[in-house]
Amino acid sequence: MSDVRLMKGNEAIAEAAIRAGCKAYFGYPITPQSEIIEYLAEEGRTRGMIVMQVESEVAAINMVYGASGAGARAMTSSSSPGISLMQEGISYMASAELPALVVNINRGGPGLGTIQPAQGDYFQATKGGGHGDYHLIVLAPASCQEMADFVFDAFDLADQYRNPVMILADGALGQMMEKVVFKENKKNNQQLDKLWATTGKPTTRERNIITSLFIQPEKMEAVNLHLQKKYQTICENEVRFQLVDTDDAEIVLVAYGLSARICQRAAELARELGVNVGLLRPITLYPFPYFVLHQLRQRVSGIMVVELNAGQMLEDVQLGVEGKVPVEFYGRMGGIIPSPDEILEKIIAFHETKLKRKPVTEFLPTLQNN
Amino acid sequence: MNEILDEPYLEQNELECVWEKPDTLTDTRMHYCPGCGHGVVHKILMEVVQELHIQSEIIGVAPVGCSVFAYSYLDIDMQEAAHGRAAAVATGIKRVLPNKYVFSYQGDGDLAAIGTAETIHAANRGENMLVIFINNAIYGMTGGQMAPTTILGMKTSTTPFGRDTETQGFPFRITELIAQLPGAYYVTRQAVHTPNAVRQLKKSFLKAFQIQKEKKGYCLIEVVSNCPSGWKMTPVVSNKWMEENMFPIYPLGDKKIDGKVVSD
Repeated sequence: MSDVRLMKGNEAIAEAAIRAGCKAYFGYPITPQSEIIEYLAEEGRTRGMIVMQVESEVAAINMVYGASGAGARAMTSSSSPGISLMQEGISYMASAELPALVVNINRGGPGLGTIQPAQGDYFQATKGGGHGDYHLIVLAPASCQEMADFVFDAFDLADQYRNPVMILADGALGQMMEKVVFKENKKNNQQLDKLWATTGKPTTRERNIITSLFIQPEKMEAVNLHLQKKYQTICENEVRFQLVDTDDAEIVLVAYGLSARICQRAAELARELGVNVGLLRPITLYPFPYFVLHQLRQRVSGIMVVELNAGQMLEDVQLGVEGKVPVEFYGRMGGIIPSPDEILEKIIAFHETKLKRKPVTEFLPTLQNN
Repeated sequence: MNEILDEPYLEQNELECVWEKPDTLTDTRMHYCPGCGHGVVHKILMEVVQELHIQSEIIGVAPVGCSVFAYSYLDIDMQEAAHGRAAAVATGIKRVLPNKYVFSYQGDGDLAAIGTAETIHAANRGENMLVIFINNAIYGMTGGQMAPTTILGMKTSTTPFGRDTETQGFPFRITELIAQLPGAYYVTRQAVHTPNAVRQLKKSFLKAFQIQKEKKGYCLIEVVSNCPSGWKMTPVVSNKWMEENMFPIYPLGDKKIDGKVVSD
């Protein structure tokens, strides 16, 4: 039996968290994601969840650490400046191998920045963010439906790999309303046994210790090697992406989240002008779909990365393309969202100048009308 | 030295056993300096856990500081917290396991400097847990730097001319501050420098766990302790110095009982 709702992306995350069996939420309000804690404060508490607005993001992430270490499904959510404050705790959780969901509804930065949507936290989310060698699994939804669906996936992946998982969206995805379908969730009742959790030491087992302190270099290196092996397994098994119209594409756009939605429309407009454009949308930003780029670079003429930042995922695309075809970049910052026409112009310019294709000037009237 | 210690040169039946290590302590040798109060507090705490039969019902949180390795000695489930965050981590544990006993074990830097916000807010929420606060007026683990509780005029490696109020402010009497918060139920300051003080501390632990069992609220037990290495004194001299210099600023005794502030 499914349940159809019209709701904000932030509310979709909150509702999904309740349904995914999240037992505890700790957070601190920040725009543009406060609907998550507001929704949970009412719905979550009514339906048995522990929901706490606490003194800071620093406290919130450490409460998630404690609750997760005690065996509970736990989460927090914030937006860019608040996520920066959580980085210490996230590093500790990655080292202590604690599963949890951290939601970042990315806003424009750096600094206090703006409350408008942006993708400037890509490096922070995918390359570690805090100190030490670690990675989160990073899921990038592009619709309210995915905001909900990825919560279930995030908790399952977190438990499976004993690793924090981040949902990286932006202010627009958090604030916009769309239809969301909730299917009956059976996984809820099939959570993994957490034999490592600190629930009180019975006489039948040794004590459980949750720690990220390994003072002997040999032990610390062994822990690191174990983590790296785990990340390798994640890279081999958990890459997710979407390809749109890439079979006959001359140019492939690479974009995630909100920019992928805009790019999809820009690609349609380009095809109306006779330029075959496709789209690669990475869904997991870590692990990144490098192998898809290895395949695409053999059959496309050029790749164009579109982000709401100064070019962060661009570096991963360049690593995947390895210079085999030209890679172009277009980005807006500070909370500005480009229009499909704006991206279309960049595609056409890329097509003509870098790829030396026949000008599409005869289509310009059409272009101007759009 | 280990050979001497390990040598069974005394037959067991030659001596009367007057004290045994509680089963709730592991066999790991403690790393604490000779004469330090940490080992005594660990021992008393674990004696209480044993006597109350709550080893399977208790979860501890270790801090960053000298007691960073507390989980090596306490034979119970434990979590190691980031510096200053023990009260937040303990909150997370207690909220999802409300019927278990939860305590944090923190030093003065952890609790009263970097973790001040977490400390105060956990108390103000009335988290039903025990916070054990070791105040030795110095940062022992990092080599003897100033703590928020370092007394005026006291020389440390970062106050080589003695702590002065102009640059370092005043010794932080956070226990008195917490006693004022409505969420705090039992707040006391104890010590471990004499057998009598040790007995008093044990009573405080018993009281705090009883309060937690009855879900009455937040308990803070401060233990004023010596740091012979950090203070550069012998254990005996350090205890005398503590009595003469620390106790006037940090007077022992209950600050709040049954939710009521005890007036000086």
